[in-house]
Amino acid sequence: MDMEKRIEALENQMSQLQDTLVKIEKNADEQKLAMIVFSGDLDKALAAFIIATGAVAMGMEVVMFFTFWGTPLLRKKDGDTTGQKDMFGKMFGAMLPKGASKATLSKMNMGGAGTQMMKTLMKKKNVASLDEMIQLAAELEVKIYICEMSMDLMGFSRSEMIDYPDLGYAGVATFLSEAGTSRVQLFI
Amino acid sequence: MNDEIKTVKSFDLTGLSCPMPIVKVSKAMKELNPGDIIDALTSDPGALTDFPAWAKTSGNDIVDTRPEGENTRFFIKKS
Repeated sequence: MDMEKRIEALENQMSQLQDTLVKIEKNADEQKLAMIVFSGDLDKALAAFIIATGAVAMGMEVVMFFTFWGTPLLRKKDGDTTGQKDMFGKMFGAMLPKGASKATLSKMNMGGAGTQMMKTLMKKKNVASLDEMIQLAAELEVKIYICEMSMDLMGFSRSEMIDYPDLGYAGVATFLSEAGTSRVQLFI
Repeated sequence: MNDEIKTVKSFDLTGLSCPMPIVKVSKAMKELNPGDIIDALTSDPGALTDFPAWAKTSGNDIVDTRPEGENTRFFIKKS
């Protein structure tokens, strides 16, 4: 009788342990990188994509969230900027860069001359361009989310964003949910 | 380390800069069987610290590192 009670107690403990283990496993950090790309500067965006593609090489899953000034980096070169837009939308559409190839350096831009010089130098040194890095990220299955609020604020339509295989539109909850299970989180 | 390491594939990654060397090598590893060794020649000075860091995280093994002039050849074993 005594033995039976002890076994029963052990069995209870065991099932409690199993439940705890399941919970721990569910909340464990994954080999994942969650990154916010806030900046639309060429240099910072390049750094973001170098880290993202490098992380995939390290065996990590990568999720990037583009918000505010980072959003126009993902516009098409020749996307429509006029149709159906209000005055502010048209203004943002005209003033913000149309895509990654139009991004400029955060320092030493010198009216575009500095950016041009950097691009020439990058080609010479065989450093991939931002467009090429986005292409590579797509091949490596980096997931990209665009901040819905930024899109709305700047008056961008989904049709003027690039064709990227794993592109989604989301808000802060999606980022936080991804970041919550990521070992590495970055804000660029 | 003996001079003769049998590799199943060789990669010339000279001229490529960060992060391309590790991106290319990690892509290549996917098609290998455990125990296979590849060698990769790189001119990126950052690779000297990057390859070991990549190997450590991805769980592969760098079995030898050999300087070749200004370049470095890494022998990487898939684990």
